[in-house]
Amino acid sequence: MESNQLLEIIYLLEDSYIGEYVRGSLWLFPVIQSFHLIGLGILGGAVVIGDFRLLGILMKTETTSYVIRVTKPWFNFGLSILILTGIPLFLSEAVKCYYSRAFWIKISCLLMGTIFVYFIRNPIVLSREENFFMKILGVLSFSIWVVTAASGRWIGFS
Amino acid sequence: MFNFIDWLASTSGSIALRESLYMYPWIESAHVLFITIFFGTLLFVDLRLTGYGFKNLSISQMNAKILPLTLIGFLFMIITGLLLFYALPVRNYQNLFFRIKLFLMLLAGLNAWYFHRTMNRQSKAWDKNSFIPFRMKVSATISLVLWGLVILSGRMIAYNWFDCDKQPQSELVNFLISCTVDPEIYEYLNGI
Repeated sequence: MESNQLLEIIYLLEDSYIGEYVRGSLWLFPVIQSFHLIGLGILGGAVVIGDFRLLGILMKTETTSYVIRVTKPWFNFGLSILILTGIPLFLSEAVKCYYSRAFWIKISCLLMGTIFVYFIRNPIVLSREENFFMKILGVLSFSIWVVTAASGRWIGFS
Repeated sequence: MFNFIDWLASTSGSIALRESLYMYPWIESAHVLFITIFFGTLLFVDLRLTGYGFKNLSISQMNAKILPLTLIGFLFMIITGLLLFYALPVRNYQNLFFRIKLFLMLLAGLNAWYFHRTMNRQSKAWDKNSFIPFRMKVSATISLVLWGLVILSGRMIAYNWFDCDKQPQSELVNFLISCTVDPEIYEYLNGI
């Protein structure tokens, strides 16, 4: 897709009803953002406990698959809140996001992190015995999510 | 108190933080990441207490395994938070949301103190019978709600709706943020 076509879509999104509505309110943006942060906390807890277990830092007496199995629903829950609150936040300032490098880094990392957790980390950890390779999975997953969260915060500075 | 805050704002460290282009955003991003670690790990501790999450682990095992990480998150969250305060002392000191946030943190602290006092006395019995008293479940829920509200009020600090340099404010707001406005100026602004 040509970039000016993408920009046209971005303008349509910014002019959408939800975008207008959030922009028109004084307090809606920070309140949605606070729930976005709470979602981040829920996802962050699931990520940090799961990945630190893979690294052998936490809960060493529990199996890796047990820790991933317990944290998984909370990962899903946190991610759902993040997406549900992230969409109106994006719509309210879609054009600003389009021109923000931090936004594109964040979206790329979000996609990578989601695919990595659902299609690589979880299937491997849930179907195999613990081994050294899982430490690498833990480092990768944790790093991707740290960059996602940090670059997400950075959208607000640009 | 205000003199101290005013002096704090005049120190070279505070000015450097305030005027730096990248230091403030970096500290703020780190603050968010440590909030995530603190709140996210606390969530699993509180979930266990309300009967969800790591049910294979006893309450005392859960606390021994997860709480150290929660405390590390808390420590760095406080350090980065103090630095953010230090960058803009006067503004934060007279910010309504900042004061609400400190008050909510105090309540969360009292709740945690009550909870841990009871847990230290009784957790062996809870582990043995796999039973958690109802008031402990309430305490765990209150903990999550209070920290959620801390996040909300913390986010709102960025807004100057109730700031001292934005008059006229209601007398209640000026009282809550220890803001004194010359009565004549106040009358004049109210008249506009």
